[in-house]
Amino acid sequence: MIELNVNGKQVAIAAEPDTPLLWAIREHLELTGTKYGCGSGFCGACAVHLNGKAVRSCQTPLAQAAGASVTTIEGLSPDSSHPLQKAWIAEQVPQCGYCQSGQIMKAAELLERNPNPTREEIVSHMNGILCRCGTYNRIIAAIERASGEG
Amino acid sequence: MADNATINTSISRRSFLGGAAGLTFAVAVGPGRGWLISAAEAKTAVHEIGAWVRIASDDSITIITPAAEMGQGSMTGVPIALAEELDADWSKVTLEMAPAEPEIYGYMNRGRKRMQIAGSRAVRSYFQPMRLAGAQARKVLVQAAAERWGVDVTTLTTEPSVVVDKVNGRRLSYGEIAGFAEVPAAMPAVTADELKKKSDFRLIGKPVDRHDIPEKVNGAAVFSIDVQLPGMVYASTVHAPVQLAEPEGWNDAEVRKLKGVVDIVKLERGVAVVADTFEHVLAARQALNVSWTRGAAAEGFDSERALSEDYAAIAERHEATATPVNVTGDVEAAFVNAARVYKANFRSDYGYHAQMEPLNGVARFNEAGDQVEVWEGTQAPGSSREKIAEALGLQTSQVIHHQCYMGGGFGRRTVTDYTIEAALIARSIKRPVKMIWTREEDLAYAMFRPQSYQCVEAALDEAGKISGWRHCVVGDGQNLLTAGIKLDEYYGIPNQLVELRGTSHGIRVKHWRAVAHPPNIFAIESFVDEMAAGENMDPLAFRRSRLAMTPRAQAVFDLVERMSDWGRTRPEGRALGLSVTERSGSVGAGVVEISVDRSRGKIRVHKAWVAVDGGIIVQPEMARRNIESGVVFGISSVLKERATVKEGTVMQSNFHDYQLLRMVETPEEIHVEFIDRDSAPTGLGEIANPFIGAAVANAFHALTGKRLYHMPFTPERVRQALEA
Repeated sequence: MIELNVNGKQVAIAAEPDTPLLWAIREHLELTGTKYGCGSGFCGACAVHLNGKAVRSCQTPLAQAAGASVTTIEGLSPDSSHPLQKAWIAEQVPQCGYCQSGQIMKAAELLERNPNPTREEIVSHMNGILCRCGTYNRIIAAIERASGEG
Repeated sequence: MADNATINTSISRRSFLGGAAGLTFAVAVGPGRGWLISAAEAKTAVHEIGAWVRIASDDSITIITPAAEMGQGSMTGVPIALAEELDADWSKVTLEMAPAEPEIYGYMNRGRKRMQIAGSRAVRSYFQPMRLAGAQARKVLVQAAAERWGVDVTTLTTEPSVVVDKVNGRRLSYGEIAGFAEVPAAMPAVTADELKKKSDFRLIGKPVDRHDIPEKVNGAAVFSIDVQLPGMVYASTVHAPVQLAEPEGWNDAEVRKLKGVVDIVKLERGVAVVADTFEHVLAARQALNVSWTRGAAAEGFDSERALSEDYAAIAERHEATATPVNVTGDVEAAFVNAARVYKANFRSDYGYHAQMEPLNGVARFNEAGDQVEVWEGTQAPGSSREKIAEALGLQTSQVIHHQCYMGGGFGRRTVTDYTIEAALIARSIKRPVKMIWTREEDLAYAMFRPQSYQCVEAALDEAGKISGWRHCVVGDGQNLLTAGIKLDEYYGIPNQLVELRGTSHGIRVKHWRAVAHPPNIFAIESFVDEMAAGENMDPLAFRRSRLAMTPRAQAVFDLVERMSDWGRTRPEGRALGLSVTERSGSVGAGVVEISVDRSRGKIRVHKAWVAVDGGIIVQPEMARRNIESGVVFGISSVLKERATVKEGTVMQSNFHDYQLLRMVETPEEIHVEFIDRDSAPTGLGEIANPFIGAAVANAFHALTGKRLYHMPFTPERVRQALEA
């Protein structure tokens, strides 16, 4: 059993220490908003916060999260009220939507550190998260909107 | 485990029809002209029936949406047409996904009802039937109000979800009417000329938020990969490195000893490992060592050699068997009488769909083993359900189908080989299973946009007009190679010979966003640009004066010329290129502005302008985003995406070696505008990516004086072109 705090709740997961945090979250805890895209750290669809820092959960062994605090898209706000979620709806960002949890979690890390990022700062921070539907410019617009309102 | 599997993915027809008080408008199969039938007819109908729309006494309106959702917005865009003619208050409308019953929820296409959403068919196929259905339902409501008030129907009008009697100052909401009215025994007929005029639209052409977006920002949207079932186990299939080889044997005893392994299942083209958790599946996959049959057709295939050597030889060999695709006029005479002739060859590599959700399916059999439930994301729910039944030797009715959101489709998901695997595994192990292909598997066992070689020749007459066009395409993929050569949609060329010279490699190929258009339009519009340069003319002026443009093409070129300020000189190091395309009934023209990092061989697209004639644009904001998506998808494929095969094995394995466009490489500006039309909507999801190849290559020529003939324009190819 590995114990950690997920979205404010203490949980114990019966999995090997080397289990990727991704599968622990998605399948053991059934928090399926966090997505599997590549399993190798290339796409960023699996981004979650580990002690406030965005990590690729497919590259993070569960052991590394032991005793730590993990936030997933489901825990970002109780009712989709995070400024980024509101901005994402206002800008109608998602298309297929599969990568968007990772995009939002990565963006949330940025605004936490830098409430008013420039466009260049946004692009350089977000560049690691792939979107096959090509919603990148709408993501930038949503982050700019959220930072303006945040 | 919690059972979240039925969330929003399906609806029971019976419960819908027999549900709460209110009006239910059903639809029947058959030759009947109207789409809607009454509840009385529904109860007695011998045909399968289903519901389209229900109005409850609390004013809520439920519309069944038949369009599979893979990000394009169709699940919202299609029912808007019904709501428009119903004159519904959109804020009171809820959408439910239609079950996989094409006889009820399909559109008519080539003699058969289909639910397949491909080739940008959703809005253009459903637009008119949805409007007629909405108008019929509205008529019933107005008639019921007229009877209640004892007035003539012609004195009544509607406002969103309200029938209004202006003469007597009375109003009845649709919900109030639903509280007392009954659907008449025979539904009133509605003809197309009773539909609203474009100027009267309240929803069509106005911004409406997409239904699926709120649950796509909080993790609630259910993709099939998210489905959880009680007692479910996990599986992943290993397919042969040489596509379509079959498994002979594997280290069964060794793998079965690994932690959590439940079973190992032999499939026709692969071996599936099954375990209690997905991490255990992954470990077992690693340990699995399969021997494969020899002699698969792809064995020894070298895609680069085929494309660089063999295809050109096939194109030059005049005795090679050719399939004519288009023969118009007398092309021989045009070339014999030509004042000048141009010729060029174009190549493009294999392309991968790279939908972000690796293909997967969830399946559960009943205890008797005569009924299976499947959860999947498919572009073709109807045929998918049939194929799953067929693979299992069941009747279609024995397959309960749950459609989920798709994490991208792009043409890959009209074939459901992945869910068939899940169902076969579930039957074999007698347990519910979630089968997921790893990204590596999804790529190794991909169905590619075929690689192709195109040889294009044009004859110019004394006046310099294009009088003849020869276009020979070589590759393995039949119409996946030539479907984008439809010059008549934008140019008038009197004599044409388009032919296909097929070969065969044993590599799986498939429709890919816009199918053959991206490579075909790359060849056509690069070649036109090359002729313009040869004739010392501006590319746009050349097209206008030498190619007998159609009025629709003229309109989109005029618009994109204005949008991009085509004639204005760009800053040092920047240049423009343009291209036209048609697709799914739409015509579009695009301009890109690029720069080139010569030492690194990297092209950067800074800006893109797209002008589209797509008929009535049902949802301009959704359409704009869909077209932006096409632009980014196009740039990604044109600059980066490349799959190759060596010794019959796909050489790329994940997103490090099959690279997609990233945010930093995306144009800073993408501008989309529509021609204002009052004609039936045409396809938009695939209108943008086809033009990118030629537009970028033409901009590259404008900037460097060199031409690019091979997509994608990788740094190596860009440097080679610069040195040529």
